[in-house]
Amino acid sequence: MKEELFVSGRNIPNIDPYLHLWHWEIPLYLFLGGLAAGILFFAGYFYIMHKEKEMKATIQWAPMLVPFLLVIGLGALFLDLKHQLYFWRLYTTIRIESPMSWGAWVLMAVTPLSIVWAATYIKDLFPKWKWPFKWLDTFEAFAKKYRKAMAWIMMMLSVILGVYTGILLSAFNARPLWNTSILGPLFLVSGFSTGLAAIIWMSKSKYERKVLTRIDLIFIFVELFFIIHMMMGLQAGSQAAIEASQLFLGGEFTVTFWVFVVLLGLAFPATLEIFELRGYHVPGWLPSFLILMGGLVFRFVILEAGQLTRYLY
Amino acid sequence: MRYAMAVDTKKCVGCGDCVVACQTENNVPHGYCRDWIVENVAGTYPKLEIELRSERCNHCENAPCVRCCPTGASHIVDGGIVLVTHDECIGCGACIESCPYDARYPHPEGYVDKCTFCVHRVKDGENPACVDVCPTSCLHFGDLDDPNSDVSKVLKNRKWKVLAPEAGTNPQLYFLT
Repeated sequence: MKEELFVSGRNIPNIDPYLHLWHWEIPLYLFLGGLAAGILFFAGYFYIMHKEKEMKATIQWAPMLVPFLLVIGLGALFLDLKHQLYFWRLYTTIRIESPMSWGAWVLMAVTPLSIVWAATYIKDLFPKWKWPFKWLDTFEAFAKKYRKAMAWIMMMLSVILGVYTGILLSAFNARPLWNTSILGPLFLVSGFSTGLAAIIWMSKSKYERKVLTRIDLIFIFVELFFIIHMMMGLQAGSQAAIEASQLFLGGEFTVTFWVFVVLLGLAFPATLEIFELRGYHVPGWLPSFLILMGGLVFRFVILEAGQLTRYLY
Repeated sequence: MRYAMAVDTKKCVGCGDCVVACQTENNVPHGYCRDWIVENVAGTYPKLEIELRSERCNHCENAPCVRCCPTGASHIVDGGIVLVTHDECIGCGACIESCPYDARYPHPEGYVDKCTFCVHRVKDGENPACVDVCPTSCLHFGDLDDPNSDVSKVLKNRKWKVLAPEAGTNPQLYFLT
């Protein structure tokens, strides 16, 4: 006998529509956080490798953007809170079990660090720049002496920041799409790749573009591998996980994900970058723009889709 | 001490008295509720079977909402009751995203709200409001560590299930089947 099952479920007009709680603020923040992490990581790395002269965009220009990216991201996070006056409660406690808690603390460390890093280069980039107070000159001179230490800390914190944007979601038991451990590495790789794309966009040096494009290609291929890996993992999982993956394999996010994220956001720009490395003329901004767009769409899609997935009972 | 509740799905008629009692007892804002009724119909006509469940927070032993909370506003008190301290809650929604039972909701004042097992009544030895008003006496409440409590006895003598055991939350809301 074929069994039919009807579930009335629950329909509380003031609650159920609002349990789809997170909107544009969170994916925008995840995108900006990953982008900032990518820029800071490579700024730190190439500074330590003594490439200050050859890689000006990486070490000096792109990090100028980071404080703005992080402040906009933090602003979006703040807008998302429903009990905003109490946001300071985040900083009266550290909860190791909660990724959101240590993420908040990492941001508290990364944001000032990125401001100091940018400040030590501001006179190199804008020779007419003058600090309004004298103590800022003293502070700048002091900070310049510790650039190497800052570079190391920046590299470490940016990895944590990049992973955290993914782990934030994978900690949520109730959303089978998110509740997979690959999400941390995937968001890290994607964030670093968008960071590289932004630096490449800003760079005018042929050598710098070549070095960064090569690294970016590696990140894009790893990201593609992780995406396939995630889909395979979900397909091999429980019914809840299978249904989550089907949102991308025939379900409502199929076109958005495979066309705008995988094809236009990863595969096509990677092809363009390969052509560029082979010496063909490719508009400099195009691959970078596509990668950044792909990264943003990716986070929107994962966030929207994840909130539709749930346990079946 | 381990508080738990058992819902007799064979006796529940879905009247919604538990929902109204909770709203009145806990001053739940108009149009919101901390407990609700789910109706499942299974089978092929004319052989249909109906299951009515009065659902609420499962007061999980391994509570994902408590784990995800960045400020510690969500916490577990004596007896395993999961509570939210309103003036520590920032309304980030992490607990709402992490609850497999959709038991939490954003209160219009900003913080996150949910069933408290009527902790203010329970600590005086009374039952939660929903249990006391149920006209078919299908809700059983008590301490699982006490073999003579209402809930211990009924769980010993009847078949039961919990919702989404695969979520690993070890829920403390049992459904007698």
